[in-house]
Order: sequence, then C-alpha cells, then structure tokens
Amino acid sequence: MASLISCPHCGTRAKEEFFIRGDATPVRPAPMAGDDMWNDYVHVRANPRGRIREYWQHVAGCRRWLVVERDNFTHEVFSVSDAAAGRGGER
Amino acid sequence: MTAYRLATGGLVDRSHAVRFSFDGAAFTGHAGDTLASALIANDRLLVARSFKYHRPRGIVTAGPSEPNALVTIGTGERRDPNTKATVAELYDGLEAVSQNRWPSLAYDIGAVNDLMSRFLSAGFYYKTFMWPAAFWEKVYEPLIRRAAGLGRTSLPRDPDSYEKSWAHCDLLVVGSGPAGLAAALTAARSGLRVLLAEQDFVLGGALLAETTKLDGEASYVFARRAIDELQNHANVTLLPRTTVFGWYDDNVFGAVERVQKHGVTIDPGKPVERLWRIVAKHAILATGAEERPLVFGGNDRPGILTASAVSTYANRFGVVAGKSVAVFTNGASGYRTAQDLVAHGIEVAALIDSRADAAESAPAGVRLVRGGSVVDTKGRQRVRAVVTDRGGFEELIACDAVAMSGGWSPVIHLACQRGGKPVWSEALQAFLALEVGAGLVTAGAAAGHYRLSECFEDGARKASAIVESLGRPVAGFERPSIGEEIDPSFTALWHVPGAKSKAFVDFQNDVHTKDLGLAVREGFGHVEHAKRYTTGGMATDQGKLGNINAIGILATMRGVSPADVGTTTFRPFYTPVSFGALAGTSVGEHNMPTRRSPLHGWAARNGAVFIDAGLWYRSSWFPKVGEKNWRESVDREVRNVRENAGLCDVSTLGKIEVFGPDAAEFLNRLYCNPVLKLPVGKARYGLMLREDGMVYDDGTVSRLAEEHFLVTTTTALAGGVLSHIEFAAQVLWPELRVRFLSVSDQWAQMSIAGPKARAILQAVVEDDLSPAAFPFLAAREVRLKGNLKARLFRISFSGELAYELAVPAGYGEAVADALMRAGQPHGLCAYGVEALNVLRIEKGHVTHAELDGRVTPDDAGLGRMMGSAKPDFIGKRLSTRFGLTAADRAQLVGLRALEADKDMRAGAHLLKDGAKPSTLNDQGWVSSACFSPTLGSHIALGFLKSGRERYGEKILVWDQLRGVEAMAEVCDPVFVDPENRKLMA
Ligand SMILES: [Zn+2]
Repeated sequence: MASLISCPHCGTRAKEEFFIRGDATPVRPAPMAGDDMWNDYVHVRANPRGRIREYWQHVAGCRRWLVVERDNFTHEVFSVSDAAAGRGGER
Repeated sequence: MTAYRLATGGLVDRSHAVRFSFDGAAFTGHAGDTLASALIANDRLLVARSFKYHRPRGIVTAGPSEPNALVTIGTGERRDPNTKATVAELYDGLEAVSQNRWPSLAYDIGAVNDLMSRFLSAGFYYKTFMWPAAFWEKVYEPLIRRAAGLGRTSLPRDPDSYEKSWAHCDLLVVGSGPAGLAAALTAARSGLRVLLAEQDFVLGGALLAETTKLDGEASYVFARRAIDELQNHANVTLLPRTTVFGWYDDNVFGAVERVQKHGVTIDPGKPVERLWRIVAKHAILATGAEERPLVFGGNDRPGILTASAVSTYANRFGVVAGKSVAVFTNGASGYRTAQDLVAHGIEVAALIDSRADAAESAPAGVRLVRGGSVVDTKGRQRVRAVVTDRGGFEELIACDAVAMSGGWSPVIHLACQRGGKPVWSEALQAFLALEVGAGLVTAGAAAGHYRLSECFEDGARKASAIVESLGRPVAGFERPSIGEEIDPSFTALWHVPGAKSKAFVDFQNDVHTKDLGLAVREGFGHVEHAKRYTTGGMATDQGKLGNINAIGILATMRGVSPADVGTTTFRPFYTPVSFGALAGTSVGEHNMPTRRSPLHGWAARNGAVFIDAGLWYRSSWFPKVGEKNWRESVDREVRNVRENAGLCDVSTLGKIEVFGPDAAEFLNRLYCNPVLKLPVGKARYGLMLREDGMVYDDGTVSRLAEEHFLVTTTTALAGGVLSHIEFAAQVLWPELRVRFLSVSDQWAQMSIAGPKARAILQAVVEDDLSPAAFPFLAAREVRLKGNLKARLFRISFSGELAYELAVPAGYGEAVADALMRAGQPHGLCAYGVEALNVLRIEKGHVTHAELDGRVTPDDAGLGRMMGSAKPDFIGKRLSTRFGLTAADRAQLVGLRALEADKDMRAGAHLLKDGAKPSTLNDQGWVSSACFSPTLGSHIALGFLKSGRERYGEKILVWDQLRGVEAMAEVCDPVFVDPENRKLMA
C-alpha cells in the first residue's frame, strides 16, 4: 500500500490520514432495479489483483471522499480524484 | 590478561576515562569506545551464553550484525535488553549485564544442553514437543521459555519520552563511509537537499578503521574534513546514531535516531529516541559490505572474531583481542589484518590461507600456511589454540585469538525489502541488489565495489546521475589520492571440511552444519524451509552474519549454485526497533485521551462515579451517603426520576447540523422514516439503515429552519455517521445542495426528565413551556433567564415528561448548576448513565445493545416507521428481500423474571420451557437487562423468534457463561406507561 496519497485538495499526505472504504467500481442501482443488481451492488466484490479503484476518505484532512486508483500488487498509485468530480457535484 | 588496550593509536580519547560495569564488576574505558571495545580492553571477551547449548560466546564483530554480544543495558525501568555491545556507545555510569546464563556466565547449568545436543538437532521443536498435548502448558512451554533467555524487559513503565518526525529530502544517503561521503558531497555541492544517516555515533564508516592514507593523511582525517564541509552546507542534515531500518512505498524510509541513549542523565525535555519517516526523492544505499565468518570446527569459541573486526578494534579503538592472533582466511582481507596486527606490534601466530594458490605474501616475519585450514579449536571459555590441517597433516598452533575472513557480502537488506530479489554474482560470489525499484540505488561496497577508489568513484557517480535526473548542474567531487589499497578478492569457502567439532553457521540460534545437513536429508532443503526447520536466521540478528554461509552450504549439499538456492525474504526492520520509538508520543492518555463532557465539573461536584464508556468518561451514578452499592444509588435515581425529576448529562450524543436547499430531501433519503414534511420547530425520531436493510443508527432529527436541521447520533457512532453522511452527499447524490457541520463538542446537553421537569425548567427558561406552547416533540431555540440562547427539545428516552436542553459548551456547568438549584424544591436529582439505561429498558427503548447490525426496523418493533411510500432511501430496496421479512425472525420482546432471586444478563440464550439447554434449541437472546425498581423485578429486552406472538409464554433464559438458568415471562417490551400518559403530560 502507498505510504503517501496526493489529495487533490490538500496535497501529498500520509496514508494514516485516510480511511479506506473499499471498491469504488459498483454504482448504486436505481431504487427499483432488480434483485440481482442490488445484490451485486451490496454484496458482491471481485477482489482482483492489479489495478483497482477504491474509495478513500481524507478524514484527517478535507473530509472529502476520493477515488484512489492503484495497483494492489505493485502498490503504484495512478490517480487520486474527488469522488464527486464529474458527477454533478460542485467540486 | 590476553586482550588489552594498546599503548597508542585509535580514535578514543585516552585523556577521558569512562567508568562502567559489566555483570557487577567495575571497569573503565575511554570516550569513543563501544561497550564491546571497552570490554576487550578489559579482557572480557566472554559476554554471553548461546541460545540452545549455552556455550560460552564472545564478541565476534565490531558492528550491527553482531550475533553474540547481546547484553542488557541500564537498570530499573530503563533496561534495554538485547542491546548489541558492538554498537552501544560507552558512557560514564553504563551498567550492562549478560543474558541467557544461570547462575553466571562462567558457570552455566544450561551448558548440559551441549552434551545432550544430539537430542536437540534441527527440527527438535517439531519432533520433541509433539505429544502429549497436555504437556505443552505444564512442561514444554515453561521449559522453552526458561531456556530461551534472550533478555528480559523491565516491567515498570518506561519513564522516557519518544517522538516521531517527518523529513523530506532530494537525496537520502544511508551510510557515511567512502561511498556515502562521496555521494553526499557531490549532491550537497550540487545544491540538493541531502540527508545523511549513519547508525554509528561517529560519521566516517570504514574510514574510521582504515589504515590506507588518503591525500597523504590518515583516512579518518579525510572523513572529518568531509563531514565538516557537509555540516557547513545549509542544505545538508547529518543524522548520526540513526539506523535506517525500512524502505517503504513512495520512497519513504523509516529510521530510528538514538537521541539520548548514550548517557545516564536524561534530559526530560528531549526524547530518548526519535522515529523518522524520511520522504526521499532518491536514496543511495552506501552500507558497505559484511565480512563472512568461516565455518570451521569450534569456530564459536570466545576470542574468535572476524578479521575486519580485529582490524577495527585495533585501528579505531586501540584494543586487541589477543597477544598472539591466528588469522584464517580465504582471501586477501586476512593479509590486511595480519599487516595491521604487525603494524601494532602484535604477534601473528600464523596466517592460514585456505587457497593453495594464493598470490599474496605474508607480512615479514609472519608464518604463512597456504592451502591449510582450521578444523578445530582448543580452550574452554577462551580460544587457546587452533588445530590446522594441511593435506592431512594436523598441527596444533597456540594462539589466544583468531581472526577469520570468509569473504564479503554487500549489505543489501534495505534494498530488498520491497520485493526486489537479490541477484547472485558468480564473479563476486555474493548477492547484489540490482534494479530493486526506482528511487534507490546501492553504491560502493554495498554494490560490490570493494576497493577504496571504487567506493569513492561509485558514490560520486551515482549521486551525479541523481543530480542530473533532477535537472541540476553537477558540482564535481575529486576522490582523494589513495595510498596502498587492496582488492579483497577471495575464493568462496562455505564450510571447512574435516571439522572435528561443531562448526556453527548461525551463532545466535546455535545452528551448525550438521543441522543443515539434516534439513536437506529430511526434505527441508529449500532455503525458506531450512530456515524454519533449523531456525537459522530466525534470531534477533536475522542471520546477518550466518545466512550467506547457510545458503552456500545448502547449495553445496544440493549440488546447485547459491543462485538456485536464493535468499530468504528481506523485511523491515533491519535491526530491532524499540516499542517506545514505534509508539512515539502515543502512550497513556496521549494514545487514548480521556474525553470529558462539558458537564464534567457539574457531575464531579455532584459526586458522580465516572466510567470509561467508549471514547468518553461519563458519569455513571451519583452515590449518596449511606448507599452501600451502586444498585442502591441507581434504584434511587430511577425512582426519583419517575416520581419527581432527574438531570442527566447527554452531551456525548453526536450532533450534526445540516444546511442547504436540499437538506430535507437529503435527510429523507438518509433515514428510513419520512423527514421531508417535518415542520420547522419539530423533532422526530430517526432510524438510519445500511444499504443491506439492517439498522445502522438511530437518533433525532430536528428542523430548526426551512433549510437547517440538527440531527443527533448515538454516542458510539458519532464519527461513523458523519462519514456515512458525507459519503451519501459526496458520492451517492453529489447533485444535492447540502452541507454539514459536526457540533458534537460545541454543545452541552442535559436531559431533564420526570413529572416535575416542566416546573423546574420553567424557572430557568424565559419562553412559555406550557403543553400548548411547547408540546411533545417541540424543538426550537429558547432564551434562558439571563438572556442566554439555548436549544430545547421535548424528547424523552425515559418515557417521562422530558426535555433536552442544549447550551453552548462553556455555559454547560453554570446552567446545570442553576437547574439543580431551581430543582431543589421539586426533589430534582442528578442521574447517570446506569439509571438512564434502566429507565430506557423499562420504557422499551432500543440502543446499540439491540441494534447490533443484525436487526431490521421490524425486528426492533419499529417497522411502522418505514417510509415505504418514499421513492428511495438507503436500505429501502434490500429491506424487502425475503430473508428480512420472514415470519420467524427474532423480534424485540420484554422479559420479566419469574424468580426474584435470579437476574438475567445480556448474552443469555432464550429457550423453550423444558428444552434441553443447547444452542441447537436456541430461540433468541437477551440484549439488555436490569433490575427495575419501578416494577420491583428483574426485567430484560431481548429478541425471540416470532416474539410478538408469544407474549405470556414462559421461557428459559440460559446463561451458560455464568451457569444460570432462569424462567421469565415474555411480554411487551414497554414495561411502563404503555399509553404514554406520562410522556405527553
Ligand atoms: Zn484532503
């Protein structure tokens, strides 16, 4: 795992400042979507080796939720972006 | 006396005597000594007993890879066990004791193990201590623990402080020998931010013990000049006494600096150790090379050292291990040591070279035995002679010390800690760290460049490349002119054939060649298997000295190259790091702060007994004179609330303000119950689900203005709910215009509950509190007498007429005191969280004891709250799935004990009356229990299969942990005032 994470708002910070929630790929289905879609969203995770996207919250900093794209084998971090970016949010 | 201090020479300050003790005996050394060099000066070479066989052991090295000379330094609460005497800086008043011996170093009873060694061979842990299982606790474990005497820590609390610090640099140089200095000077002159870390207390590395002249002067003079220059560069930080122990992702290095480990007097204003995290753009590992011991019979006797250690002790510290030293070598380095000894006027008993075709010649007057080997040693607690073998001709050569040189291994541990595999070099007969990842390169001897000229040039070259990569002009470094330098080439000799006694590979864990042979024969020849099977390399020195020989021996036995055997995995830490340094300032209350409520002073004045509750220190109950136990106090508090009124500190609840045009819509999606149409000035109970349909948290939602809400959370989940809300707002619905602010610590909040609550509160509040003006669930700002603005909520956890009054935290105690005065004529009492808990159990209100993550709103009897008509809320979709709506789910019920003398406790199982006590017959569980002073009996809340249909049924409450079985009657969870008359009064 990375030692340092570059928060788009706060700059490069120690990983201890962040809380990791997990996989950032599942998208919340529409409220009345089928059982399978909701089951997948809530319960099913692929756990791949290699490049992954995760939700990290900068809890000891700006408290924004971020998407960290990284390789869980080589530990390389490819990008860190605000989770709301490009999703209609104000950020 | 055989080991002694030379009359002249060395870098110690002979004008400065330093007093110290070892095993109770007083000695003196000099400033600049290590504990090891001072012990040698005092002829104390026997410093330890070995781990398994309790064999006498002496100092072997002059550095951090020392396997034997582990001692405990300090006394009382300042005891550091397993400290290497070879790196411990000598100071006045140092007290050291040896380890792993009983009753003394000289007479150790455990040495009988040596005679029984055929029963203690490799794998003996696995073979011997197999059965019977019952023997483990009573026999084997105490036996192993008693025998495994590698130091004991002190039990009293460490009185010293530690700290952690970050450092940032363009270039981190690890090691201050020739390569490190050349690299640091090149980078410093080129304007880079340089950090130079050195584990030794003096900078200079190998130059401190080198006899070759540099620019015509002693090599340490060159080193001092270089360090002076570095010190004058504003862009350079020098960190002596600092061991870089780990290389982590993003080129972050861990290092520990021993700030005050070299004196008796500790300045309490400074840490004794500092843990550094160094963020380096680049790093150069200039950690030099380690000389290998030779694996020959009896090679562990005190007085046998590596040749470089013998040279270092003589050249740097002015001490020698013996008056007549035998040198056993497989390469050129042994000749250099023989030369050093001759230069100091010390007799070389013989120079034994395993190579028959060696080209080097011995110093004048020294007997050279080419093609010879040492097969055994004589002596008891000190080597007295070596037995040499040359073509079958054995000879006994008297000596009182042996210098052994088995070739060199680059110190590459740090470079291989992130997955990079060491690469075998056939030419060097050693493993190198090549291309281990961006950001770190090895230089000098650590890169296999052993000659002094190469060290300087390689350090400068690698630093220059880094300067260029950073886009800066390179300022030159000219290496000094070098006197006579040697090429320390050697012919690998993994173990010396014909050993006549145990030939040790790993000194600290007592692993000898036969153990490795057994491991290979029994199928544990893989390097990782052999390590576990023989425990070679598993001691505190992690096999720094012995591993390479073990690999060579395994390769020989398996008939392959060391390249095929490979190394075991390198991991942090390079050398042991104290727990103190790792904890830093996070100890005691700095690790777990006592979080006091703003009403703490009020509670203390009213005689509260406090309790650690999660992050908080909360008032538990308020004993009165004459009350004999907590139950009496709690019963009185409960009765008083029901009859008169009570005041309870509820400041610990999480409080989050929510603002924005979409705040109502947002909260409507966050809670499972409807919030959208909550009127301004009203509060509502709110239930949050997880997306899987289970209850996450509960609290209240109050609408203070059209676009301004205040929500409360449970104390335990104040942080978690904030994060959950932020996730919903930022990730799920970023389009909603809503903002949050946690104000948990900004408000002191108190509950005033009981039939007389209104009258008491009205004495303090300006606003009209009549039922019509301030009805149940009213929530709004009020003005207190004295003009303080406050927030008042008419909500109740106890089931009584009750209010929660919130005032700015700083006013909390004054307002609580005013309420106590106003309440005195009405019989107001203070009550704590214990009474609060009894009151809410009596009323059937749930907490996280009930909402444990497995419970749906319907399970908790709150199914009617679900806003099923809402288009969406977190948890809506999955709350309708089959499993969560099944008829036989466990539902919240009340339990009333049928036997007055038997209480119930949370965690007990519920079974059908007459059923055999077994989890197979499980029908549910008790979640909360108490004695109800209102009902005069033990009551509980619990979850029971189809519980709501089973009111009136007698049920068995089975508490296997306490061995209690009690009968109870199932009932409605609301024990008091089910019609809510008191609540609505
Ligand atoms: Zn941030």
